[in-house]
Amino acid sequence: MSAEQPSWQRFDRRRRIGRFLAVLTAGVVVIASWQFMDIGVVDPNTVPREIADLLTRMYPPDIAYTPQIIGPLIETIHIAALGTVGALVLSIPVALLAAENTTPNAATFWLGKLIVTVSRSVNTIIWALIFVVTFGSGPLAGAVAIAFRSVGFLGKLLGEEIEEIDFGQVEAVRATGASSLQLLLYGVLPQVKPALIGLAIYRWDINIRDSTVLGFVGAGGIGVQLFQSVNAFAWQSTAMILLVILGVVVVTEGLSAYTRGLVR
Amino acid sequence: MLHVTNLQKTYDTGDEALRGVTTSVEGSETVAMIGPSGAGKSTFIRCVNRLTEPSGGEIDLDGTELTALDDDDLRAARRDIGMIFQEYNLIERLTVMENVLSGRLGYVSAWQAFRRSFPPADIERAYGILEQVGLDEMADKRVDELSGGQRQRVGIARAVIQEPKILLVDEPTSSLDPETSDTVMRLLTDIAADRSIPVLINIHEVNLALEHADRIVGLHDGELVFEGTPDDLDEAALDRVYRGADIPDTTTDGEGSTETDDQEVPLTTTGSTAGGV
Amino acid sequence: MATGERTWQRPTIFRTRRVKWAVYAGLLAFFAWSAVGIGFDPSRVLQGIGNTAVLIGDFLPPDATARELDRIIAKMLESVAMAMVATVTGIAVSIPIAFMAAENISPKPLYALNRGFISVSRAFNAIIVAILAVKAVGFGPLAGIITITFKTVGFFSKLLAEDIEDIDMGAVDAVRATGSSPIQTLLYGVVPQIIPRFAGLSVYRWDINIRTSTVIGIVGAGGIGSVLLTAFNRYDYQYVSAILLSIIVVVLFAEGVSAVVRRRYQ
Repeated sequence: MSAEQPSWQRFDRRRRIGRFLAVLTAGVVVIASWQFMDIGVVDPNTVPREIADLLTRMYPPDIAYTPQIIGPLIETIHIAALGTVGALVLSIPVALLAAENTTPNAATFWLGKLIVTVSRSVNTIIWALIFVVTFGSGPLAGAVAIAFRSVGFLGKLLGEEIEEIDFGQVEAVRATGASSLQLLLYGVLPQVKPALIGLAIYRWDINIRDSTVLGFVGAGGIGVQLFQSVNAFAWQSTAMILLVILGVVVVTEGLSAYTRGLVR
Repeated sequence: MLHVTNLQKTYDTGDEALRGVTTSVEGSETVAMIGPSGAGKSTFIRCVNRLTEPSGGEIDLDGTELTALDDDDLRAARRDIGMIFQEYNLIERLTVMENVLSGRLGYVSAWQAFRRSFPPADIERAYGILEQVGLDEMADKRVDELSGGQRQRVGIARAVIQEPKILLVDEPTSSLDPETSDTVMRLLTDIAADRSIPVLINIHEVNLALEHADRIVGLHDGELVFEGTPDDLDEAALDRVYRGADIPDTTTDGEGSTETDDQEVPLTTTGSTAGGV
Repeated sequence: MATGERTWQRPTIFRTRRVKWAVYAGLLAFFAWSAVGIGFDPSRVLQGIGNTAVLIGDFLPPDATARELDRIIAKMLESVAMAMVATVTGIAVSIPIAFMAAENISPKPLYALNRGFISVSRAFNAIIVAILAVKAVGFGPLAGIITITFKTVGFFSKLLAEDIEDIDMGAVDAVRATGSSPIQTLLYGVVPQIIPRFAGLSVYRWDINIRTSTVIGIVGAGGIGSVLLTAFNRYDYQYVSAILLSIIVVVLFAEGVSAVVRRRYQ
């Protein structure tokens, strides 16, 4: 042990130098980035002033506008709900493919990984751009976009959950003469059920937030109203929409946390 | 009932776990399979219902050759083989009753299984067996709330409700304390007698084997080195089975022996194990 | 229980079976309402799937002219640059907010105010923030930096504040007992305890910021997103898929770097 003492110290020094280099590199990269973007010198006063200006024009929120946003708001919630359900249904086979211990062979494993990766790397709004082209503009395209983005998220996390199951339970069920579907229902499902429900609710919560912007690209929901009022410089209506979104998101987050707490 | 002929198993790693074991289990006898860690006891049991695929040999259960079966027939055959595991392998998040009923999965459709709508006869039988193992009050408790001894009794109930032709038991006591071990062993022999089915038990505690078994089979390094009644198991026979390894008994607890045979390295005393591959 | 006629039903986590069915029925009714509400109709879905299959054909193979490729590279660099700068500014702003939003060291009103700010930042999608930032400071990467900074603060100060709330107050009291000032107490009692998580969180957020920076251009806040939108509007789908491919590559690279760094330093 004593012979390793000096090398441990050297490692510490190396680590310190490494940390210093990392900070230095980050600093250089940030400065280079700033130069690259060619924004120039920003007067530190203008940005806060412009933002403050915008916020002032938003006050007071136009409460009379509320009736007009209830419909789109409900549509947003519908998009999130259906998108999540669709994703949940699709994600189960994807997770089974992407989990090393349930995938039939190497090819299916990589197929699962590919689906997960592509789905996760493409933002909801980009999926929406694509599905607006194929499904036509409207909330249906939005729900499909939400589902496509969520499949990767759920498939990945659920797959990881499946990889961690106790295989002894699966074997015991197999030993009774159960079929493969029964094996999934008794050997696998009970072990991943809490995660399955928890992840779905968690994703629904995220999807509510994501659904609020789908309207920017014509995929339905409250984003349509928001986009219109911003472009019309109707700041007080905008503020009202933002307040409503904030309220819905806070409620969903609470609901999501509460229901996830119930599942064990 | 069960006739195993020249059973062989070589793992992908090259380990020869079974080197041609021939034995049989008949009537309603309790057969204890003893041997040091890594002797191939678990592999033998797992090969019988093909949870581990044997590399060679024949397994005849009540006239059916198990090694030749395709997937569907194998599933049907597995319904006749009750298996009890060292680590219980219960479905932890389901209730005692659901675990017991899972022993009937081979007889119901996936939809019935999903809906938990098992035939009334199965439910009646499940209650009966739970009474026999002393858990009838626990039917709706979740398994993860039970103690080790209770779990093993659920495991036994799950195997028994299959109405199997034979019970295979893999180290049933190594995770239990001596007193519970004794209860579990007695329960197993009682069931064998009650239902007139044979029980094959892997066990590393020689004393438990001597006390409860009608017959003892000794494995060493994948080969059958002893077969006889408990009375036949003298010092010389024990020496053949264990050959230098410490003989485990009931008084020392099961500490450090919770791994299955598959994971263990063959004993060092026989240095030639890897050479034959 | 009379022998011979015992029945068994799966126990339910709901209070009674009736509650269980009511909950299921409620959920089902809600989803049905949702389906009607967004005009879900099987024929439209089938048609959409058919169109998507056709579109995939239009997407392949990814293709871009030399000029388009230059444009992708330049705008992608802009995205990455925005993410880099905004990660640093975001974290810089997050630190004081995190301390003010930690229940165990911050006075109640200050705590509430900062928690409120964090909630607001987390509630709004980056694209909403971006469109407002564009209206405030004009098109371009500056709006993007503001957006990502704002989003970073919500994420980073929330997690950092939670870490601060979890620290061992004994160590803090020990430092305080030596007669040090509040700032000294922070530096010697609190900071050393949160440093290890700090590095991991920073890299994690950088990874998320790279993702965000690739889309906010859709509303004009700089980066590759604007190129993507233009390509979509020109129906130039091979170009679109080239852009998408570049986004996927960059996002995966960032994710890989982030995973490696976090594994080594956590």
